[in-house]
Order: sequence, then structure tokens, then C-alpha cells
Amino acid sequence: MSFLPYPWILDVVVVVLLFVGLLLFRTPGAARLGSGAAALGLLLAIAAELAGDTLGGWQLLGPALALGSLVGWLVAARVSMIQVPALVAFQHGCGGMAVLAISFLELLRTGEAGWSIERGSGLLGLIIGAATAAGSILAGGKLAGLLAGRPRVLPGHGLLLLGSVLLAGGLTAWVGGLPDTQLAWWAWPLVAVAAGIGWLIAVRVGGADMPVLISVLNASAGLAAALCGVLIGHRLLVVCGAVVASSGSLLTIAMCRAMNRSLLRVLTGLQPPSSAGHPVAAPRPEPALPAAPAPRSDATTDGPKTSVAPAGPPDSAPAPPDSADPGPTTSPQPSEEAPAAAPADPLDQAAAALRTAKQVMIVPGYGMALAQAQHDVMTLCRLLEERGAEVAFAIHPVAGRMPGHMNVLLAEADAPYEAMLELDDANARFPNTDVALVVGACDVVNPAAVEQEGTPISGMPILAVAAARTVLVCNLDAKPGYSGVENSLYHRPGVLLLLGDAQQTMVTLQAKLTAST
Amino acid sequence: MSDLLLLLAVLLGSLGLGWFAISRVPPRLHTPLMSLTNALSAVTLLGALALFGTELSTPAAVLCAVAVLLATFNLVGGFAITDRMLAMFRGGKRS
Repeated sequence: MSFLPYPWILDVVVVVLLFVGLLLFRTPGAARLGSGAAALGLLLAIAAELAGDTLGGWQLLGPALALGSLVGWLVAARVSMIQVPALVAFQHGCGGMAVLAISFLELLRTGEAGWSIERGSGLLGLIIGAATAAGSILAGGKLAGLLAGRPRVLPGHGLLLLGSVLLAGGLTAWVGGLPDTQLAWWAWPLVAVAAGIGWLIAVRVGGADMPVLISVLNASAGLAAALCGVLIGHRLLVVCGAVVASSGSLLTIAMCRAMNRSLLRVLTGLQPPSSAGHPVAAPRPEPALPAAPAPRSDATTDGPKTSVAPAGPPDSAPAPPDSADPGPTTSPQPSEEAPAAAPADPLDQAAAALRTAKQVMIVPGYGMALAQAQHDVMTLCRLLEERGAEVAFAIHPVAGRMPGHMNVLLAEADAPYEAMLELDDANARFPNTDVALVVGACDVVNPAAVEQEGTPISGMPILAVAAARTVLVCNLDAKPGYSGVENSLYHRPGVLLLLGDAQQTMVTLQAKLTAST
Repeated sequence: MSDLLLLLAVLLGSLGLGWFAISRVPPRLHTPLMSLTNALSAVTLLGALALFGTELSTPAAVLCAVAVLLATFNLVGGFAITDRMLAMFRGGKRS
């Protein structure tokens, strides 16, 4: 950039474009402009870099730029929205490997011997880059269905992880003091150990915990880029990397909060020191009370607690759902016995409820995406709207495989943005909802999260669908969700289980609804 | 040394400003946000390009080209998928 009289002016322009872009991320339309502004900023910086330096090696650089752009664009243009988390994970992996290569080359090039802040930063970037790359590729493989998605725990997993971290720390301390000719050799074992750390973390996480992992990888990819920027003394790398690290950390916190689990517990599988018998039950209802007079949420935050739990006091000892359940209508195997015992087919009952419904809330989960039911859900939604019902979507923060995934899946099926409600807004509306239609969601609507202690989902904020007049559950089966906790919602009165393939159920409901007019 | 201090100040400032800007993004847009920041983390492409301007041995140049390839894939793919997703959202006025 030496050809510019004031090279920092370009940096300022790029940074301003970047932050304006981020501040525009409030509505989809503005966000599109914002994303464009950020892209323009980076394009300017790249153009200046290409024009300013006397670059050698065009025969390598040209094809690399062309191929990377072409493949990147082609893949992004073709993936379906259900594959987006896998693509993002693979892209994190590529970013991590790029940081790894650049940090390595720069560490060798500087020719310094011994410690400096740059070298320390570079080594840290090398480690985080390697861990991000290994973890992301494993996560991407799981999300794409190429590898088994369930979490794997090795014998002594925690100790193995701790040992790897200590080994990486020790190696770094030693490698950092070496002259750079030896550093070239000893950086490889360090990279291998770091990659092992990333692998150990990612292999432990699966299924519904993936949003946390992918957010952590987002943050670590940014941190690695920022550290690489300190190493090579590039301001834009530092700015962009730090912004990404902030963003990834915020999303990680949001995801952990939405599951009421600490990051450490998700990533290492550690159980909290307090087990089921520990008296955590009593203090929990209290914090909700001081929160009630908070400015914006009158009935929202404590909605689930008050409206979901009419059956038993939440601070009582953990009780099996059946004993606290007053409803005699269904038995533990409702799928088998309900049609025989009930006078009407549950699908007919469901259609009858939908026919008279004025307020319908659709609660989608990842199961909807797996069943490819989102388009049929939207068709049903339009049928209901034609009949004069108001339809909204209640979206739990951890529904899907990455933060906000469900919104994108619904947007692909042409759901209106305004109808996608967040947790608090949705819970405020459930008491006035005639029909809550749960499609492929289990843990996020499980009242056990607020009523039972000592389960993996205890304390997790849920969508309080039980407050609706009628609840239709269109899940594949009545088995517990990813958490393994029995869903006590299924045994409540007013809840109809429409088990089976969600797409088929939607088509049947559509047919019954149109036939009746 | 003052350059380094400036860089560390830039690091802290960006962390704070980034936190401020991103905490205002509605959860409904979290997936496009993550794919955008994912593209931003490919800013390391600038570092790889700067390295190409220095004297490099052949293996180093090849490694650097691989870094350019990976970072470009990340950058272009990240912005492309972000734009595609945002274009899918129907409506956009806050109710």
C-alpha cells in the first residue's frame, strides 16, 4: 500500500464500512446492504494489497484466487438451507487452515530468535488456528452427515483434553525460545497437538449441542485471525478478527443461556457438582420475581413458570410426570392406545381444532427440517390464513443446528419475517393461542425443564406451548428428544399426538381442512 | 514498539466496538450474522497476499498459495451465502 500517500486512510475507510455494515444488521433488507458494505470494504483492501506490493508468483497466486472464488461461490449458490451449518463449519475450517499456514510462514520469515509479543501472538494464532481447523472439519463432517453425529466420549476424555492443553502449553513455552531454524521443525508437533485439542473438543459434542460448538469455532476462527494480524502487524486483520471473535463469543453466550448450560459443560461434558438431590429447587422461582417488574417483560419471562405448571409446585421433589399428571386421557404409549380409546381419530380432532382456530402458533424444530416438512407447513399456514386465522411462528434460540437456523429454514419456505417470534414474544402469546402446532420439536417445548430438577434440561427456558388451548404435536415418535428427558407435555390434557412423518401429517391436515369447507 | 502498542489498542477497541454492534443484531438474523463474520475471518487473505510480496522459497510460495486458495474460498463463499440467505427473508419491516 506504499503507493498511497496516507495508507491508513484506506484502513479507516474499510473499518468504517465494516462497522456500518454490522450496524445495519437489524432487518433483512438493511442487513443485505450491510453485508455488501463489508464485502466492498474487504474488496478495497484486497485491491490495494494486490496493486500496492510488487507481487511475485502470479502464476501461483492467480489460479489460487480464481479457483477459491469460483468454488466458494458455486458451493454457496447450491447448498440448501439445511446444509448451511455444515458449509459454515467447513468454511471455518478453511479459514483456520489459512491462518495456520500464514502464521507458520511468518514465524519463519521474521528471523527473530527468542520471545517477543509478535512471536507469542503468532504461536497462539498457530495453535488456535490448528484447533479451529481440526474442530471445524470434524463438526462440518458431522453436520453434513458424513460422520456419525452423536457425541463420542473416549475413555478418560477430560484427562486427555487437559493433558493435550498442558502439552501444547509446554511445547509453546519451549518452541517460543528457539531460533527460527529449529522452530520450523518443532512447530509441527505443536500444530499436531493443537489439532488434537480441536478434535477432542468437537468429537464430544453432537446433535442439539451443535449450535454451541459452531459458535465457539466462529469465535476461535476470529481470534486466530486477530492474533495472526498482531504477528504480521496488519491492522485490518486485527480489526476484522477481533470483531469476529466478539460476535462468536456473543453467540456462544446466547446459545448457552438458551440451554441453561455452561460452556464448559457443553464442551467437556462435565456434570455440575450439584446432583439431583442438591437443593437448587428452592432458589430458582425467586429470581423470577425480581425480574418481573423489569421494564419490558410483564408476563413474558415468567410466563412459562406460571402458565405451564398448574399440575404441581415446581419446587417440590422431582416427581415422575405421570404421578403429577391429572389428565387421564392418554397413557404412556398414546400412539398405540389413543386411537382405540378416544372416540375420534386424533387427526380429525386436530383438523376440528384448526378449523375454528383464530390464533395459531407453529413451533418448528429441527425435526421439521429433517422431515423436509417446511414447505407443507407453509401450505397449511396459508390455508389457515385464508380461513381468517392469524398464524405466527415461535422460534427457540437453539432450534436447529446453528444460531438462528430455524429462521433461515422458514425463510427458504417463504415464511414472513414479521411472523417469526422470539422466545419471550411467543410465550406472551401462548395464553391467547387457540392451537399450538409443534412440528419436529421436543426438548424446547418440554415442561420438565421448568417443573423437574436434576434433568439435563432443567432451567432451560422453553416455549410454553401448554398454555395454548389445544396443542398438536407432529413429531416422528413420542421418544425423548436429544436430552433424553421424557417429554411430560405428551401426557397433558389438550395435547394431541399426531405421530409419524411430519410432512405426511401436514398433507393429511391440509386435506382434512380443505375437505371440510 | 509503538506500532505494536497501537495494534494492541486496535485489538481491544475492535473487540469492544464489535461487541457493541453485534449485541444489537436480532436473533432472527443470527445465521446470516455468523456467515458474514465467517467471511470476515477470511481477512487473513490480506496477510497471505502481503507474504506473496516478500521473498519466498518454492515450498513456502506453494504453502502461501494454498492459504490464498482456502481464504478466498472462505471469503467469497461466506459473503455469497450471507447474501443468498438475507434475500430469502420476505418482508423486513419490524412489526
